[in-house]
Order: sequence, then C-alpha cells, then structure tokens
Amino acid sequence: MAMTATLSRPTSHGGASHGSAQTPDSHDFPTRPYDLVKEFVIALVVVALLTIGLAAAFSSPDEKAVTMTTWAAAAPSDVIATAAGELAGTTTSAGYGPPYNSAADGQKLGPFSLQKWAGVRIPVDSANDLVLAPLRMVPGDSGLTATLATWDAAPADTQTAWATAYVTALAAAPDGDPTKVAKGTYGPVPQIASRFLSLAQSGGLEGALTQSGTFYGSDATRSLLLLADGAFLEDQARARSLGGDQWGMMNETGNYPGQPWMWLYTFWYQVPPFATSDNADAQVWGLMMLLTLALLLAPFIPGVRSLPRLIPIHRLVWRDYYRDHPRQ
Amino acid sequence: MTPPTTPVAGTTQPPTTDEKPASRTPGSGDSWTRWVRTRIVNTVPEGEALPDRQPVYVSSWVYIFGVLTLAALAVVVVTGCVLAIGGTTWWHVASLGHFVNSLHLWSVELFFAFMVIHLWGQFWMAAWRGNRTLTWMTGVVAFLGSIGTAFTGYLSQSNFDSQWISTQAKDGLNSVGIGAFFNVLDPGQMLLWHVILLPIVLGVIVVLHVVLVRRHGVVPPLDLVDRVPDDLARSEGR
Repeated sequence: MAMTATLSRPTSHGGASHGSAQTPDSHDFPTRPYDLVKEFVIALVVVALLTIGLAAAFSSPDEKAVTMTTWAAAAPSDVIATAAGELAGTTTSAGYGPPYNSAADGQKLGPFSLQKWAGVRIPVDSANDLVLAPLRMVPGDSGLTATLATWDAAPADTQTAWATAYVTALAAAPDGDPTKVAKGTYGPVPQIASRFLSLAQSGGLEGALTQSGTFYGSDATRSLLLLADGAFLEDQARARSLGGDQWGMMNETGNYPGQPWMWLYTFWYQVPPFATSDNADAQVWGLMMLLTLALLLAPFIPGVRSLPRLIPIHRLVWRDYYRDHPRQ
Repeated sequence: MTPPTTPVAGTTQPPTTDEKPASRTPGSGDSWTRWVRTRIVNTVPEGEALPDRQPVYVSSWVYIFGVLTLAALAVVVVTGCVLAIGGTTWWHVASLGHFVNSLHLWSVELFFAFMVIHLWGQFWMAAWRGNRTLTWMTGVVAFLGSIGTAFTGYLSQSNFDSQWISTQAKDGLNSVGIGAFFNVLDPGQMLLWHVILLPIVLGVIVVLHVVLVRRHGVVPPLDLVDRVPDDLARSEGR
C-alpha cells in the first residue's frame, strides 16, 4: 500500500484526553490520505455481493419442526413411554427443579445454588400440564372421562405406584411395545397413555399445550419440554450429528456453519471433567463467564496484556512502518 | 455595524452581530443545548469524526476488517428488516422469503467472521493502549451482544434447529438462574429479544465503539524507539 507521508496535523485538543504524556498520540504521527467513506461503501458493496452469492449458492437450512403428530406416527411407543413417565414423575422435566418445579434443587456453581435462588418462575407440573390437562380438553369421550376420574380418585402414592410400574414394564417390553407389556397393576395409566397417543396422532396436542388457555399461543415451553422428555427428538438430532457430545449446540442441520463463534462454550462439554459432571452446565457457564471477563479486562491483566508484545504478530501488521522506523 | 434597535412588542428580534456570545451573558451557562453541543464537540472534535487522512502506519489489510464488520452489520440489519416485513412464517412458505432468510444467515456468518478477525487483530496490536481501554471493552461487549443476538435468531426460526437448540440451551441458562427470566423455550420472548432488545443494545454499543475509535484515533505501533507505551512500560516495571 503506497504511503504519502505528510507533516503532522495539529490536534484540536490536549493530550490528556487521548493518553498520558508517555503514550504516543496517533495525531502526532505523519498522515496520508485515507478515504473512510469510500472504504465503507466499497466494503458494503463487497459484503452485499458476497452475501447474495453465498445465499444463491448454498441457500439455508430450514428443516421442518417436529410435530406431535410426526412424533406419534414415527415413534408411538416413545409417546406412550413419555406420557407414563410424566405421570410417574420420572421424566427430565418432572424431576428438573427450578425454574419449572421444586422437584430438585438444580445445579450448583461451587457453593452457589443460582438455579435454586432464581426460583420457580415458569411453573410446569409435568403430569398435569403436559399429559392430563390436554386430555381433559377432549370433549365427548365418556371412556376418557371415566379413566381420568379413576386417576383423580386415587391417592397420590397409588398414582405414582401405577405409573412407575407401567414405566418399568414398558422398559422391559420388547422394543418398548405397549402391546407386549407384561400384566401388572397399572391402574388407568395404560388407558391414559394410549389416549394421549391418540390425541397426539390427531394433531390436537400442540394446541392444547402451546395455547395454555389463551387464543394466541406463542409460548412453546410445555410442548418443547414434552418433546425433550421423549427420546424421539434427541434421536433425530443425533442422526444429524447434533448431539450434545457431537458439538451439537453450535451446529445446525445440513452442511452449514451454524454458530462457530460458540466453539469454546461447546468445547468444554466434550472434555473431562465437564463431559461427565452432574454440574457440567453450571461449571461450563462459570468457566465461560470467567474467560469472558478475562477477555473484557485483558488490558488490565499482567501477562495477558503483554502477549501482543511477546508474540510479535504486530510486526506483520506494521511491517511497512517498521521498515523506516526502528523498533526497540 | 447595525445600531441597536428597540424591541417592538409582539415581534421577534433577529440576533445582531453586536450581541455578546450567549456563553458570556449572566445566567446563560445553564443552556442544556449548549452543554450537549459542547459534549459532542469535545468527544469527537470537528474533523476527527470523518477525517480524510490517517497516520502513516495505518497500512495493513487488518484495518479493513473493522469496516467490513460494520458493512456486514448493515446487511444483517437490512435483511432482518425485510424478514420482519414478511412475518414469522414467510421464510417457511415462500421461496423469496427463504432466499431472504438465506441472505440473513450468510450476512451473519460474514459479520462474525469479520468481527472475530477484527477482534484478534486488535488484540495482537494491543489496541487498548493509549487510553483506549474503553474502546477495547465496548468491542468485546459488542461481540458478546452479537452472540446473544444471533443465538436468539436461531431460537426464532421456528424449525427443527430452533427446537433442538432451545431444548439443549435451556439447561445451561437454567443452571445459573438466567433461564428463569430468559426462557429459550418461549419463541415469542426470544423473537422480541432478537428483533428489539438486543439490536437496540448492540446498536448503542457499536455506536459508542465507533465514536471511541474516532475520538482516540488508530492505535500507534508497538515498541517504537522514541515512544514507549506507558501501560506496557508499567507491565514491565519500566
């Protein structure tokens, strides 16, 4: 790049606002012509053309969302097992803790129970909100009404015993097939789970979960918690190499770059001790907050702030200038 | 010189050249307008907001990535606005909507690529020297804000990626208490963060960052014989 050295241009303000006496002021150096506006306009045109070219050549991923209907059609046994799990309180959401319920304290960051301290701000009762409430909305089904009445009339311990026994029996059945479950004392749980599958197959489950009693449903918390409680969603993700141990958080479907800027956050989940820790999420978040703080405060951290001098990449940047101006 | 005239009731007298500067008249120091104007001029003096010259050491391709980042941000904002005009299902059902979605995606990818190169370029130039610490810090915060904005964009797509990313991300956010207030499973909330809250915050930070860059100028080279950066001198006990 050709340089046209000129005399120093006068600064219109004192050095105090730009640095201390020992710090070189950029305004004290000779200057050369530089058209910032032209540079920006050219950059804008180049970036716009690059964007158009990349979009035309590679398009973008937009794989359809999994619906309860597709879940029910592709993995009916998983729907049954998930419904039974919600009633038994054995699913992820049922035992999650804050912010959904008080079933657990959640993860800790050292001595700090941040998850617990934040409280149950998005209350979700997995059995009632994800399974029973949608079924109660089904009109004109006396059999379902009677089944739910049987469930409601039973003590909580009995309900849990029925559901837990059915979950165990489903896990023991070949392929988890509900038709091959051994006989046992399951109360109305098999009927509830079966009717829940029918509701999912009919396409009525999304509305019952998402609307949450309002006409406009824009909150998918319950639907997504239910989907995540099942195995189907994760199976689909793993088939697309999106699992948590497959750098899933930063990837997206298809051969697209995803969010590579999250590589460091995702990286920690792949290595010990985080990969096997029960508190991995809190620990990774804690570590990332610490590293982020270090990046933010790099100018103040001894050693870190000296790295640019110790690893002299800057000699490449200013090689033109150093050619005529000796370094220390 | 125009002689002073007697004001006529009901008329407005234009200022004359004989009038003293307002700042010298008693009680005029509390003009809010003048205070704001002074602050603006002092922050980035006239001629430094858009200088047509740069120090001679500004001679490397690495300097281009800052302006490339700004240009990509402009494309991100424009394509995002077009998507907003079409609505939240447009990109699923119309080929034009899908193409605009692709434009938005690739401009974001370019934006981050440019920004990361810019960030590391500034790091290796120790660009925080010479009272530029706040410039560095606003740049880092802009980077973090961009990650949050892009992340909420992924959650707002209403497709399989949104489902999977949100159900995975909730555990991290919940584990440190953030999820109780920032519910990644609520696409309505995430969309509002993506198109309103985070862009406003990011926009303010980027403007502040650019103003600081213009205020302090481009950081001079390291290790010049006749100029010793004070913070490096401190760090080395010199």
